[in-house]
Amino acid sequence: MADQALIKDLEAKAVQLRCNVLEMIGIGKAGHWGGSASLAEAMAVLYFHVMNVDAKAPKAPDRDRLLLSKGHGALIQYAALCELGYFPREEMQRVKSLNGLLQGHPDLSIPGVEAVTGSLGQGLSIGVGMALALRLDKKASRVYVVMGDGEQSEGQLWEAAMAASNFKLDNLTAFLDWNKIQATGRTEDVFKIPDLDKKWASFGWEVFSVDGHDVEKLLAAVDKAKAVKGRPTLVILDTVKGKGVSFAENTPAYHNGTFDEARFTLAMAELEARKAALAAQKEMV
Amino acid sequence: MEKKSLRTAYGEALVEMGKTNPDIVVLEADLGKSTMSCLFKDAYPERYFEMGIAEQSMASTAAGLALSGKVPFYSTFAVFAFGRAYDQIRCGIAIPNANVKICGSSCGFSDFGDGKTHQSIEDANVMRMIPHMIVLNPCDAVETRKMMRAMAAYDGPVYIRINRNDLPVYTAEEGDYEIGRMSRIVAGADLVIFATGSMVWKSVEAAELLKAEGISAEVVNVSTLKPLAKEEILKYVAGKKAIVTAEEATKLGGLGSAIAELLIGEIALPFERVGVDDAFGTSAHSYAELLETYGLTERHIAAAAKKALKR
Ligand SMILES: Cc1ncc(C[n+]2csc(CCOP(=O)(O)OP(=O)(O)O)c2C)c(N)n1
Repeated sequence: MADQALIKDLEAKAVQLRCNVLEMIGIGKAGHWGGSASLAEAMAVLYFHVMNVDAKAPKAPDRDRLLLSKGHGALIQYAALCELGYFPREEMQRVKSLNGLLQGHPDLSIPGVEAVTGSLGQGLSIGVGMALALRLDKKASRVYVVMGDGEQSEGQLWEAAMAASNFKLDNLTAFLDWNKIQATGRTEDVFKIPDLDKKWASFGWEVFSVDGHDVEKLLAAVDKAKAVKGRPTLVILDTVKGKGVSFAENTPAYHNGTFDEARFTLAMAELEARKAALAAQKEMV
Repeated sequence: MEKKSLRTAYGEALVEMGKTNPDIVVLEADLGKSTMSCLFKDAYPERYFEMGIAEQSMASTAAGLALSGKVPFYSTFAVFAFGRAYDQIRCGIAIPNANVKICGSSCGFSDFGDGKTHQSIEDANVMRMIPHMIVLNPCDAVETRKMMRAMAAYDGPVYIRINRNDLPVYTAEEGDYEIGRMSRIVAGADLVIFATGSMVWKSVEAAELLKAEGISAEVVNVSTLKPLAKEEILKYVAGKKAIVTAEEATKLGGLGSAIAELLIGEIALPFERVGVDDAFGTSAHSYAELLETYGLTERHIAAAAKKALKR
Protein backbone atom coordinates (compact mmCIF):
# COMPACT_ATOMS: atom_id res chain seq x y z
CA MET A 1 0.00 0.00 0.00
CA ALA A 2 1.55 3.25 -1.14
CA ASP A 3 1.71 6.20 1.18
CA GLN A 4 -1.72 7.90 1.06
CA ALA A 5 -0.32 11.35 1.77
CA LEU A 6 2.06 10.98 -1.17
CA ILE A 7 -0.77 9.92 -3.42
CA LYS A 8 -2.89 12.90 -2.40
CA ASP A 9 0.07 15.19 -2.98
CA LEU A 10 0.68 13.87 -6.45
CA GLU A 11 -3.01 14.06 -7.32
CA ALA A 12 -2.99 17.67 -6.28
CA LYS A 13 0.16 18.27 -8.32
CA ALA A 14 -1.57 16.84 -11.38
CA VAL A 15 -4.42 19.30 -10.98
CA GLN A 16 -1.94 22.13 -10.50
CA LEU A 17 -0.20 21.10 -13.72
CA ARG A 18 -3.54 21.24 -15.55
CA CYS A 19 -4.13 24.72 -14.10
CA ASN A 20 -0.73 25.78 -15.41
CA VAL A 21 -1.50 24.40 -18.85
CA LEU A 22 -4.81 26.21 -18.98
CA GLU A 23 -3.15 29.41 -17.82
CA MET A 24 -0.61 29.09 -20.62
CA ILE A 25 -3.25 28.49 -23.27
CA GLY A 26 -5.23 31.45 -22.03
CA ILE A 27 -8.23 32.96 -23.76
CA GLY A 28 -8.67 33.00 -27.50
CA LYS A 29 -5.38 31.33 -28.42
CA ALA A 30 -4.94 27.83 -29.79
CA GLY A 31 -3.20 25.35 -27.52
CA HIS A 32 -2.83 21.59 -27.15
CA TRP A 33 -5.08 21.11 -24.14
CA GLY A 34 -6.20 17.56 -24.92
CA GLY A 35 -2.89 15.73 -25.14
CA SER A 36 -1.40 17.79 -22.31
CA ALA A 37 -4.22 17.18 -19.85
CA SER A 38 -4.24 13.43 -20.49
CA LEU A 39 -0.66 13.27 -19.19
CA ALA A 40 -1.05 15.28 -15.98
CA GLU A 41 -0.95 12.36 -13.52
CA ALA A 42 1.90 10.61 -15.33
CA MET A 43 3.93 13.83 -15.35
CA ALA A 44 3.18 14.47 -11.69
CA VAL A 45 4.33 10.97 -10.74
CA LEU A 46 7.48 11.11 -12.86
CA TYR A 47 8.63 14.66 -12.17
CA PHE A 48 7.60 14.92 -8.50
CA HIS A 49 8.40 11.48 -7.22
CA VAL A 50 10.14 9.06 -9.54
CA MET A 51 12.75 10.98 -11.43
CA ASN A 52 16.06 12.14 -10.14
CA VAL A 53 16.09 15.70 -11.45
CA ASP A 54 17.22 18.99 -10.00
CA ALA A 55 16.21 22.39 -11.33
CA LYS A 56 19.43 23.83 -9.94
CA ALA A 57 21.51 21.41 -12.00
CA PRO A 58 19.48 20.78 -15.16
CA LYS A 59 22.46 19.20 -16.91
CA ALA A 60 23.67 17.00 -14.04
CA PRO A 61 25.12 13.87 -15.64
CA ASP A 62 23.29 11.56 -13.24
CA ARG A 63 19.82 12.97 -13.90
CA ASP A 64 16.99 10.92 -15.32
CA ARG A 65 15.75 12.05 -18.73
CA LEU A 66 12.21 12.64 -19.87
CA LEU A 67 11.40 13.20 -23.53
CA LEU A 68 8.08 13.97 -25.12
CA SER A 69 8.10 12.16 -28.41
CA LYS A 70 4.63 13.66 -28.75
CA GLY A 71 6.21 17.10 -28.59
CA HIS A 72 2.91 18.93 -28.98
CA GLY A 73 2.25 17.98 -25.33
CA ALA A 74 4.95 20.48 -24.39
CA LEU A 75 2.67 22.54 -22.16
CA ILE A 76 2.32 19.77 -19.58
CA GLN A 77 6.09 19.42 -19.45
CA TYR A 78 6.52 23.20 -19.12
CA ALA A 79 3.88 23.13 -16.36
CA ALA A 80 5.93 20.61 -14.40
CA LEU A 81 9.30 22.24 -15.08
CA CYS A 82 7.90 25.55 -13.90
CA GLU A 83 6.59 24.03 -10.64
CA LEU A 84 10.03 22.51 -10.10
CA GLY A 85 11.66 25.91 -10.54
CA TYR A 86 13.43 25.47 -13.86
CA PHE A 87 12.24 28.91 -14.93
CA PRO A 88 10.18 31.71 -13.40
CA ARG A 89 6.38 31.63 -13.52
CA GLU A 90 6.34 34.75 -15.69
CA GLU A 91 7.62 32.63 -18.55
CA MET A 92 4.31 30.80 -18.58
CA GLN A 93 2.62 34.09 -19.41
CA ARG A 94 4.99 34.60 -22.33
CA VAL A 95 4.60 31.11 -23.78
CA LYS A 96 4.71 30.99 -27.58
CA SER A 97 5.33 34.72 -27.76
CA LEU A 98 8.14 36.39 -29.61
CA ASN A 99 11.18 36.47 -27.30
CA GLY A 100 9.47 34.18 -24.78
CA LEU A 101 11.45 31.22 -23.48
CA LEU A 102 8.73 28.64 -23.95
CA GLN A 103 8.35 27.58 -27.58
CA GLY A 104 5.37 25.93 -29.24
CA HIS A 105 7.27 22.65 -29.12
CA PRO A 106 10.07 21.41 -26.84
CA ASP A 107 13.31 23.20 -27.56
CA LEU A 108 16.77 22.76 -26.05
CA SER A 109 16.86 26.45 -25.16
CA ILE A 110 14.40 25.60 -22.37
CA PRO A 111 16.00 24.34 -19.12
CA GLY A 112 14.86 20.81 -18.34
CA VAL A 113 13.95 19.94 -21.91
CA GLU A 114 16.12 17.10 -23.17
CA ALA A 115 15.49 17.06 -26.93
CA VAL A 116 13.91 18.95 -29.79
CA THR A 117 10.67 17.20 -30.63
CA GLY A 118 7.44 18.17 -32.35
CA SER A 119 7.95 16.22 -35.52
CA LEU A 120 6.22 13.06 -34.36
CA GLY A 121 7.85 9.67 -34.25
CA GLN A 122 11.41 10.67 -33.43
CA GLY A 123 11.55 10.79 -29.65
CA LEU A 124 11.93 7.10 -28.98
CA SER A 125 15.01 6.88 -31.20
CA ILE A 126 16.53 9.84 -29.38
CA GLY A 127 15.72 8.06 -26.12
CA VAL A 128 17.45 4.92 -27.38
CA GLY A 129 20.56 6.99 -28.08
CA MET A 130 20.49 8.45 -24.59
CA ALA A 131 19.92 5.06 -22.97
CA LEU A 132 22.88 3.64 -24.89
CA ALA A 133 25.08 6.56 -23.82
CA LEU A 134 24.06 6.19 -20.17
CA ARG A 135 24.92 2.50 -20.29
CA LEU A 136 28.31 3.24 -21.86
CA ASP A 137 28.94 5.78 -19.13
CA LYS A 138 27.85 3.27 -16.47
CA LYS A 139 25.18 5.60 -15.13
CA ALA A 140 22.16 4.35 -13.26
CA SER A 141 19.99 7.10 -14.74
CA ARG A 142 16.86 6.14 -16.62
CA VAL A 143 15.26 7.45 -19.78
CA TYR A 144 11.50 8.03 -20.00
CA VAL A 145 9.89 8.64 -23.39
CA VAL A 146 6.25 9.63 -23.83
CA MET A 147 4.48 8.77 -27.08
CA GLY A 148 0.98 9.37 -28.42
CA ASP A 149 -1.42 6.76 -29.71
CA GLY A 150 -1.96 8.56 -33.02
CA GLU A 151 1.81 8.82 -33.19
CA GLN A 152 2.02 5.02 -33.26
CA SER A 153 1.50 5.16 -37.03
CA GLU A 154 4.96 6.72 -37.50
CA GLY A 155 7.19 3.92 -38.74
CA GLN A 156 10.25 5.29 -37.00
CA LEU A 157 8.79 4.38 -33.62
CA TRP A 158 8.82 0.75 -34.64
CA GLU A 159 12.39 1.01 -35.90
CA ALA A 160 13.30 2.40 -32.49
CA ALA A 161 11.25 -0.31 -30.78
CA MET A 162 13.33 -2.97 -32.52
CA ALA A 163 16.56 -1.18 -31.68
CA ALA A 164 15.68 -0.84 -28.00
CA SER A 165 14.95 -4.53 -27.60
CA ASN A 166 17.98 -5.53 -29.68
CA PHE A 167 20.13 -3.49 -27.34
CA LYS A 168 18.29 -4.89 -24.29
CA LEU A 169 17.74 -1.38 -22.97
CA ASP A 170 16.29 -1.96 -19.52
CA ASN A 171 17.13 1.63 -18.57
CA LEU A 172 14.48 2.83 -21.03
CA THR A 173 10.79 3.10 -20.17
CA ALA A 174 8.30 4.32 -22.73
CA PHE A 175 4.77 5.52 -22.04
CA LEU A 176 1.98 5.39 -24.56
CA ASP A 177 -0.69 7.98 -23.91
CA TRP A 178 -3.64 5.90 -25.04
CA ASN A 179 -6.21 8.71 -25.13
CA LYS A 180 -7.94 7.37 -28.25
CA ILE A 181 -8.01 10.66 -30.14
CA GLN A 182 -5.52 12.14 -32.61
CA ALA A 183 -5.47 15.47 -34.50
CA THR A 184 -8.46 15.00 -36.77
CA GLY A 185 -10.65 12.60 -34.82
CA ARG A 186 -10.82 9.30 -32.93
CA THR A 187 -7.94 6.97 -33.69
CA GLU A 188 -10.59 4.29 -34.23
CA ASP A 189 -11.99 6.32 -37.16
CA VAL A 190 -8.84 8.01 -38.47
CA PHE A 191 -6.34 5.17 -38.50
CA LYS A 192 -6.99 2.00 -36.56
CA ILE A 193 -4.06 0.33 -34.86
CA PRO A 194 -5.45 -2.62 -32.94
CA ASP A 195 -3.61 -4.66 -30.30
CA LEU A 196 -0.93 -2.13 -29.50
CA ASP A 197 0.01 -4.11 -26.41
CA LYS A 198 0.57 -7.28 -28.43
CA LYS A 199 2.47 -5.40 -31.10
CA TRP A 200 4.93 -3.95 -28.60
CA ALA A 201 5.27 -7.26 -26.79
CA SER A 202 6.06 -8.98 -30.09
CA PHE A 203 8.77 -6.36 -30.65
CA GLY A 204 10.48 -7.63 -27.53
CA TRP A 205 9.19 -5.18 -24.95
CA GLU A 206 7.79 -5.83 -21.51
CA VAL A 207 4.31 -4.29 -21.70
CA PHE A 208 1.76 -3.37 -19.08
CA SER A 209 -1.31 -1.21 -19.07
CA VAL A 210 -2.45 1.05 -16.30
CA ASP A 211 -5.17 3.61 -15.63
CA GLY A 212 -3.23 6.75 -16.57
CA HIS A 213 -5.17 8.90 -14.12
CA ASP A 214 -4.67 6.64 -11.11
CA VAL A 215 -1.61 7.90 -9.26
CA GLU A 216 -1.29 4.85 -7.04
CA LYS A 217 -1.31 2.49 -9.99
CA LEU A 218 1.10 4.70 -11.91
CA LEU A 219 3.56 4.59 -9.02
CA ALA A 220 3.37 0.81 -8.99
CA ALA A 221 3.77 0.59 -12.77
CA VAL A 222 6.92 2.68 -12.77
CA ASP A 223 8.40 0.59 -9.98
CA LYS A 224 7.58 -2.55 -11.89
CA ALA A 225 9.22 -1.14 -15.03
CA LYS A 226 12.39 -0.38 -13.09
CA ALA A 227 12.61 -3.98 -11.96
CA VAL A 228 12.48 -5.43 -15.48
CA LYS A 229 15.88 -6.67 -16.61
CA GLY A 230 17.23 -7.21 -20.11
CA ARG A 231 14.49 -5.49 -22.07
CA PRO A 232 12.77 -2.12 -22.38
CA THR A 233 9.34 -1.56 -20.89
CA LEU A 234 6.23 0.08 -22.31
CA VAL A 235 3.58 1.38 -19.95
CA ILE A 236 0.31 1.92 -21.79
CA LEU A 237 -1.55 4.75 -20.08
CA ASP A 238 -5.29 4.34 -20.43
CA THR A 239 -6.27 8.00 -20.43
CA VAL A 240 -8.97 10.49 -21.33
CA LYS A 241 -7.93 13.19 -23.76
CA GLY A 242 -8.59 16.59 -22.22
CA LYS A 243 -9.05 15.08 -18.73
CA GLY A 244 -10.07 17.45 -15.98
CA VAL A 245 -12.27 19.86 -17.91
CA SER A 246 -15.60 18.16 -18.50
CA PHE A 247 -16.60 19.80 -21.78
CA ALA A 248 -13.14 19.30 -23.27
CA GLU A 249 -12.83 15.63 -22.36
CA ASN A 250 -12.94 13.17 -25.23
CA THR A 251 -13.42 16.02 -27.68
CA PRO A 252 -11.20 16.15 -30.79
CA ALA A 253 -11.76 19.92 -31.07
CA TYR A 254 -9.57 20.36 -27.98
CA HIS A 255 -6.61 18.59 -29.55
CA ASN A 256 -5.35 22.06 -30.39
CA GLY A 257 -8.32 24.12 -29.34
CA THR A 258 -9.23 27.57 -28.17
CA PHE A 259 -11.05 28.60 -24.98
CA ASP A 260 -13.24 31.67 -25.17
CA GLU A 261 -13.59 33.69 -21.99
CA ALA A 262 -16.67 31.86 -20.73
CA ARG A 263 -15.19 28.43 -21.35
CA PHE A 264 -11.87 29.44 -19.86
CA THR A 265 -13.60 30.60 -16.69
CA LEU A 266 -15.66 27.43 -16.51
CA ALA A 267 -12.59 25.26 -17.06
CA MET A 268 -10.57 27.04 -14.39
CA ALA A 269 -13.50 26.77 -11.97
CA GLU A 270 -13.69 23.01 -12.51
CA LEU A 271 -9.98 22.64 -11.86
CA GLU A 272 -10.12 24.84 -8.77
CA ALA A 273 -13.05 22.83 -7.43
CA ARG A 274 -11.06 19.64 -7.92
CA LYS A 275 -8.12 21.19 -6.13
CA ALA A 276 -10.30 22.13 -3.18
CA ALA A 277 -11.81 18.65 -3.02
CA LEU A 278 -8.37 17.07 -2.99
CA ALA A 279 -7.21 19.43 -0.24
CA ALA A 280 -10.18 18.40 1.86
CA GLN A 281 -9.41 14.72 1.26
CA LYS A 282 -5.81 15.31 2.27
CA GLU A 283 -7.00 16.73 5.58
CA MET A 284 -8.78 13.42 6.17
CA VAL A 285 -5.56 11.50 5.53
CA MET B 1 -8.54 44.04 -50.11
CA GLU B 2 -10.51 40.82 -49.76
CA LYS B 3 -8.55 37.95 -48.22
CA LYS B 4 -9.12 34.29 -48.95
CA SER B 5 -7.79 30.96 -47.81
CA LEU B 6 -5.37 29.20 -50.12
CA ARG B 7 -5.95 26.00 -48.17
CA THR B 8 -9.66 26.09 -48.94
CA ALA B 9 -8.84 26.80 -52.58
CA TYR B 10 -6.63 23.71 -52.53
CA GLY B 11 -9.38 21.49 -51.11
CA GLU B 12 -12.08 22.91 -53.38
CA ALA B 13 -9.90 22.46 -56.45
CA LEU B 14 -9.39 18.81 -55.53
CA VAL B 15 -13.14 18.30 -55.30
CA GLU B 16 -13.78 20.13 -58.55
CA MET B 17 -11.18 18.11 -60.46
CA GLY B 18 -12.26 14.88 -58.80
CA LYS B 19 -15.68 15.35 -60.36
CA THR B 20 -14.40 14.98 -63.92
CA ASN B 21 -11.22 13.01 -63.37
CA PRO B 22 -11.83 9.67 -61.64
CA ASP B 23 -8.08 9.03 -61.44
CA ILE B 24 -7.51 11.81 -58.95
CA VAL B 25 -6.86 10.33 -55.51
CA VAL B 26 -5.93 12.10 -52.30
CA LEU B 27 -3.69 11.02 -49.42
CA GLU B 28 -3.41 12.66 -46.02
CA ALA B 29 -1.56 12.15 -42.73
CA ASP B 30 -3.96 13.24 -39.97
CA LEU B 31 -3.96 16.91 -40.95
CA GLY B 32 -6.78 16.92 -43.50
CA LYS B 33 -8.81 19.42 -41.48
CA SER B 34 -5.90 21.81 -41.69
CA THR B 35 -4.71 21.24 -45.27
CA MET B 36 -8.41 21.12 -46.28
CA SER B 37 -8.02 17.89 -48.18
CA CYS B 38 -10.95 16.88 -45.92
CA LEU B 39 -13.25 18.46 -48.52
CA PHE B 40 -12.24 15.73 -50.95
CA LYS B 41 -12.80 13.11 -48.28
CA ASP B 42 -16.39 14.28 -47.88
CA ALA B 43 -16.99 14.27 -51.64
CA TYR B 44 -15.17 11.09 -52.68
CA PRO B 45 -14.44 8.99 -49.61
CA GLU B 46 -13.49 5.95 -51.69
CA ARG B 47 -10.67 7.90 -53.35
CA TYR B 48 -9.35 9.39 -50.12
CA PHE B 49 -6.68 7.55 -48.18
CA GLU B 50 -5.96 8.50 -44.59
CA MET B 51 -2.47 7.11 -44.11
CA GLY B 52 -2.13 7.80 -40.41
CA ILE B 53 0.69 10.01 -39.15
CA ALA B 54 3.11 8.35 -41.54
CA GLU B 55 4.43 10.81 -44.10
CA GLN B 56 7.12 8.55 -45.50
CA SER B 57 4.66 5.77 -46.13
CA MET B 58 2.25 8.32 -47.61
CA ALA B 59 4.84 9.56 -50.12
CA SER B 60 5.79 6.09 -51.26
CA THR B 61 2.15 4.97 -51.42
CA ALA B 62 1.45 7.96 -53.65
CA ALA B 63 4.33 6.78 -55.85
CA GLY B 64 2.71 3.36 -56.14
CA LEU B 65 -0.64 4.88 -57.03
CA ALA B 66 1.00 7.07 -59.67
CA LEU B 67 2.95 4.18 -61.16
CA SER B 68 -0.41 2.43 -61.50
CA GLY B 69 -2.05 5.23 -63.46
CA LYS B 70 -3.65 7.31 -60.71
CA VAL B 71 -3.06 11.01 -60.12
CA PRO B 72 -2.30 11.22 -56.39
CA PHE B 73 -2.21 14.48 -54.44
CA TYR B 74 -0.80 14.17 -50.93
CA SER B 75 -0.79 16.89 -48.34
CA THR B 76 0.42 17.65 -44.85
CA PHE B 77 2.38 20.49 -43.24
CA ALA B 78 5.22 21.55 -45.52
CA VAL B 79 7.98 20.52 -43.10
CA PHE B 80 6.67 16.97 -43.04
CA ALA B 81 5.56 16.81 -46.69
CA PHE B 82 9.02 17.52 -48.07
CA GLY B 83 11.32 16.97 -45.12
CA ARG B 84 10.10 13.87 -43.39
CA ALA B 85 9.66 12.08 -46.70
CA TYR B 86 12.70 13.50 -48.50
CA ASP B 87 14.29 10.25 -49.62
CA GLN B 88 10.92 8.71 -50.41
CA ILE B 89 10.29 11.70 -52.70
CA ARG B 90 13.74 11.55 -54.22
CA CYS B 91 13.89 7.83 -54.85
CA GLY B 92 10.29 6.75 -55.31
CA ILE B 93 8.80 9.84 -56.93
CA ALA B 94 11.40 12.09 -58.58
CA ILE B 95 13.78 9.55 -60.10
CA PRO B 96 10.98 7.63 -61.86
CA ASN B 97 9.21 10.89 -62.70
CA ALA B 98 6.12 9.56 -60.95
CA ASN B 99 3.01 11.66 -61.38
CA VAL B 100 2.70 12.62 -57.71
CA LYS B 101 1.50 16.04 -56.55
CA ILE B 102 2.87 17.06 -53.17
CA CYS B 103 1.21 19.80 -51.16
CA GLY B 104 3.31 21.42 -48.46
CA SER B 105 0.73 23.26 -46.36
CA SER B 106 1.27 25.81 -43.56
CA CYS B 107 4.52 26.83 -45.22
CA GLY B 108 6.94 29.55 -44.20
CA PHE B 109 6.07 31.30 -40.94
CA SER B 110 2.35 30.91 -41.46
CA ASP B 111 2.12 28.39 -38.59
CA PHE B 112 3.33 31.13 -36.25
CA GLY B 113 2.53 29.58 -32.85
CA ASP B 114 4.04 26.14 -33.32
CA GLY B 115 7.60 27.40 -33.68
CA LYS B 116 10.71 26.28 -35.50
CA THR B 117 9.86 22.58 -35.77
CA HIS B 118 6.76 23.47 -37.76
CA GLN B 119 7.87 26.56 -39.67
CA SER B 120 9.22 25.62 -43.04
CA ILE B 121 11.66 28.08 -44.51
CA GLU B 122 13.46 25.69 -46.83
CA ASP B 123 10.85 23.39 -48.37
CA ALA B 124 10.62 24.99 -51.82
CA ASN B 125 14.38 25.58 -51.91
CA VAL B 126 15.16 21.94 -51.20
CA MET B 127 12.52 20.69 -53.61
CA ARG B 128 14.08 22.88 -56.33
CA MET B 129 17.30 20.90 -56.01
CA ILE B 130 15.68 17.61 -56.98
CA PRO B 131 15.77 16.83 -60.71
CA HIS B 132 12.35 16.37 -62.34
CA MET B 133 10.55 18.27 -59.60
CA ILE B 134 8.34 21.22 -60.54
CA VAL B 135 7.97 23.75 -57.72
CA LEU B 136 4.98 26.07 -57.44
CA ASN B 137 4.26 28.81 -54.93
CA PRO B 138 0.90 30.52 -55.40
CA CYS B 139 0.36 34.09 -54.21
CA ASP B 140 -3.39 33.96 -53.65
CA ALA B 141 -6.43 31.68 -53.62
CA VAL B 142 -7.35 32.32 -57.25
CA GLU B 143 -3.91 31.44 -58.47
CA THR B 144 -3.94 28.32 -56.27
CA ARG B 145 -7.12 27.08 -57.91
CA LYS B 146 -5.78 27.65 -61.42
CA MET B 147 -2.45 26.10 -60.54
CA MET B 148 -4.14 22.95 -59.30
CA ARG B 149 -5.64 22.36 -62.75
CA ALA B 150 -2.25 22.91 -64.35
CA MET B 151 -0.67 20.47 -61.89
CA ALA B 152 -3.20 17.78 -62.69
CA ALA B 153 -2.72 18.32 -66.41
CA TYR B 154 1.06 18.04 -66.12
CA ASP B 155 2.46 14.49 -66.10
CA GLY B 156 5.21 14.36 -63.46
CA PRO B 157 6.07 15.31 -59.88
CA VAL B 158 5.03 18.73 -58.65
CA TYR B 159 5.48 20.39 -55.25
CA ILE B 160 3.06 23.16 -54.27
CA ARG B 161 3.60 25.39 -51.26
CA ILE B 162 0.48 26.62 -49.47
CA ASN B 163 0.23 29.38 -46.88
CA ARG B 164 -1.85 28.75 -43.75
CA ASN B 165 -3.26 32.26 -43.45
CA ASP B 166 -5.77 34.04 -45.63
CA LEU B 167 -4.05 36.28 -48.18
CA PRO B 168 -5.33 39.16 -50.34
CA VAL B 169 -6.86 38.08 -53.65
CA TYR B 170 -5.71 40.07 -56.63
CA THR B 171 -4.81 37.79 -59.56
CA ALA B 172 -7.21 37.47 -62.47
CA GLU B 173 -9.93 34.81 -62.47
CA GLU B 174 -9.83 34.34 -66.24
CA GLY B 175 -7.23 32.36 -68.18
CA ASP B 176 -5.34 29.20 -67.35
CA TYR B 177 -2.20 28.89 -65.30
CA GLU B 178 0.83 28.02 -67.33
CA ILE B 179 3.66 26.36 -65.41
CA GLY B 180 6.84 28.36 -65.90
CA ARG B 181 5.18 31.67 -66.80
CA MET B 182 5.68 34.77 -64.70
CA SER B 183 3.17 37.57 -64.54
CA ARG B 184 3.54 41.30 -64.10
CA ILE B 185 1.41 42.59 -61.24
CA VAL B 186 2.63 46.20 -61.23
CA ALA B 187 4.35 47.92 -64.16
CA GLY B 188 7.38 50.06 -63.37
CA ALA B 189 10.45 51.58 -64.95
CA ASP B 190 13.27 51.96 -62.41
CA LEU B 191 13.67 48.50 -60.96
CA VAL B 192 12.04 45.10 -60.97
CA ILE B 193 10.99 43.15 -57.89
CA PHE B 194 10.67 39.42 -58.48
CA ALA B 195 8.50 38.06 -55.70
CA THR B 196 6.88 34.76 -54.85
CA GLY B 197 3.99 33.56 -52.66
CA SER B 198 3.05 35.80 -49.75
CA MET B 199 5.77 38.28 -50.73
CA VAL B 200 4.07 39.27 -53.99
CA TRP B 201 1.43 41.34 -52.24
CA LYS B 202 4.03 42.77 -49.86
CA SER B 203 5.97 43.82 -52.97
CA VAL B 204 2.90 45.52 -54.42
CA GLU B 205 2.67 47.46 -51.15
CA ALA B 206 6.39 48.20 -51.34
CA ALA B 207 5.89 49.56 -54.86
CA GLU B 208 3.29 51.94 -53.41
CA LEU B 209 5.75 53.14 -50.77
CA LEU B 210 8.42 53.61 -53.42
CA LYS B 211 6.02 55.49 -55.69
CA ALA B 212 5.49 58.03 -52.94
CA GLU B 213 9.22 58.65 -53.10
CA GLY B 214 9.24 58.98 -56.86
CA ILE B 215 10.59 55.50 -57.57
CA SER B 216 8.83 53.36 -60.14
CA ALA B 217 9.01 49.68 -59.24
CA GLU B 218 7.78 46.79 -61.35
CA VAL B 219 6.45 43.75 -59.47
CA VAL B 220 6.63 40.34 -61.10
CA ASN B 221 4.94 37.30 -59.60
CA VAL B 222 7.23 34.29 -59.90
CA SER B 223 4.82 31.59 -58.83
CA THR B 224 6.69 28.84 -60.65
CA LEU B 225 9.97 28.53 -58.77
CA LYS B 226 11.07 25.73 -61.03
CA PRO B 227 11.45 25.71 -63.97
CA LEU B 228 12.62 29.32 -64.15
CA ALA B 229 12.97 30.64 -67.68
CA LYS B 230 15.98 32.85 -68.24
CA GLU B 231 14.28 34.60 -71.19
CA GLU B 232 11.34 35.55 -69.00
CA ILE B 233 13.61 37.06 -66.39
CA LEU B 234 15.66 38.94 -68.98
CA LYS B 235 12.43 40.30 -70.46
CA TYR B 236 11.47 41.94 -67.15
CA VAL B 237 15.00 43.03 -66.33
CA ALA B 238 15.49 44.83 -69.64
CA GLY B 239 15.87 48.58 -69.14
CA LYS B 240 15.78 48.40 -65.33
CA LYS B 241 18.46 49.80 -63.04
CA ALA B 242 18.21 47.21 -60.25
CA ILE B 243 16.77 43.85 -59.25
CA VAL B 244 15.15 42.88 -55.94
CA THR B 245 13.84 39.45 -55.02
CA ALA B 246 11.42 38.67 -52.19
CA GLU B 247 10.51 35.29 -50.74
CA GLU B 248 9.23 33.90 -47.44
CA ALA B 249 12.06 31.39 -47.33
CA THR B 250 15.72 31.12 -46.52
CA LYS B 251 17.83 33.12 -48.92
CA LEU B 252 19.96 30.05 -49.50
CA GLY B 253 18.95 28.30 -52.66
CA GLY B 254 15.64 30.08 -53.12
CA LEU B 255 14.17 32.49 -55.64
CA GLY B 256 16.90 35.11 -55.23
CA SER B 257 19.67 32.57 -55.61
CA ALA B 258 17.98 31.00 -58.60
CA ILE B 259 17.62 34.28 -60.45
CA ALA B 260 21.16 35.32 -59.60
CA GLU B 261 22.44 32.01 -60.97
CA LEU B 262 20.59 32.51 -64.22
CA LEU B 263 21.89 36.05 -64.64
CA ILE B 264 25.54 35.22 -64.08
CA GLY B 265 27.36 36.08 -67.29
CA GLU B 266 24.26 37.72 -68.74
CA ILE B 267 23.84 41.00 -67.02
CA ALA B 268 25.39 42.96 -64.17
CA LEU B 269 22.92 44.99 -62.13
CA PRO B 270 22.64 45.94 -58.46
CA PHE B 271 20.80 43.05 -56.82
CA GLU B 272 19.20 42.77 -53.36
CA ARG B 273 17.47 39.78 -51.84
CA VAL B 274 14.70 39.90 -49.26
CA GLY B 275 14.36 36.59 -47.47
CA VAL B 276 15.29 34.77 -44.30
CA ASP B 277 18.92 34.87 -43.21
CA ASP B 278 20.15 31.37 -42.44
CA ALA B 279 18.09 30.89 -39.26
CA PHE B 280 15.21 28.84 -37.91
CA GLY B 281 11.88 30.37 -36.95
CA THR B 282 10.42 30.87 -33.50
CA SER B 283 7.01 30.92 -31.85
CA ALA B 284 4.98 34.13 -31.92
CA HIS B 285 1.42 35.28 -31.26
CA SER B 286 0.90 36.38 -34.86
CA TYR B 287 2.09 35.83 -38.40
CA ALA B 288 2.65 39.56 -38.87
CA GLU B 289 5.04 39.67 -35.90
CA LEU B 290 7.20 37.00 -37.50
CA LEU B 291 7.23 38.67 -40.92
CA GLU B 292 8.39 41.84 -39.16
CA THR B 293 11.04 40.03 -37.12
CA TYR B 294 12.48 38.19 -40.08
CA GLY B 295 12.51 41.24 -42.35
CA LEU B 296 9.70 40.25 -44.69
CA THR B 297 7.47 43.33 -44.88
CA GLU B 298 6.77 45.94 -47.53
CA ARG B 299 9.13 48.29 -45.70
CA HIS B 300 11.97 45.81 -45.91
CA ILE B 301 11.34 45.30 -49.62
CA ALA B 302 11.21 49.05 -50.27
CA ALA B 303 14.43 49.53 -48.31
CA ALA B 304 16.12 46.81 -50.34
CA ALA B 305 14.97 48.53 -53.53
CA LYS B 306 16.41 51.87 -52.46
CA LYS B 307 19.65 50.25 -51.40
CA ALA B 308 20.01 48.57 -54.78
CA LEU B 309 19.20 51.77 -56.66
CA LYS B 310 21.82 53.74 -54.70
CA ARG B 311 24.62 51.52 -55.87
C1 LIG C 1 5.69 14.14 -38.28
C2 LIG C 1 4.48 14.87 -37.84
N1 LIG C 1 3.35 14.76 -38.57
C3 LIG C 1 2.25 15.46 -38.20
C4 LIG C 1 2.25 16.27 -37.11
C5 LIG C 1 1.03 17.09 -36.74
N2 LIG C 1 0.39 16.57 -35.52
C6 LIG C 1 0.63 17.10 -34.33
S1 LIG C 1 -0.16 16.32 -33.08
C7 LIG C 1 -0.87 15.23 -34.16
C8 LIG C 1 -1.76 14.16 -33.64
C9 LIG C 1 -1.09 13.34 -32.60
O1 LIG C 1 -1.96 12.42 -32.06
P1 LIG C 1 -1.56 11.59 -30.77
O2 LIG C 1 -0.22 10.98 -30.98
O3 LIG C 1 -2.67 10.67 -30.47
O4 LIG C 1 -1.38 12.70 -29.68
P2 LIG C 1 -2.38 13.13 -28.50
O5 LIG C 1 -3.75 12.68 -28.84
O6 LIG C 1 -1.87 12.45 -27.29
O7 LIG C 1 -2.27 14.61 -28.40
C10 LIG C 1 -0.47 15.51 -35.48
C11 LIG C 1 -0.91 14.78 -36.65
C12 LIG C 1 3.46 16.35 -36.39
N3 LIG C 1 3.58 17.15 -35.32
N4 LIG C 1 4.54 15.63 -36.77
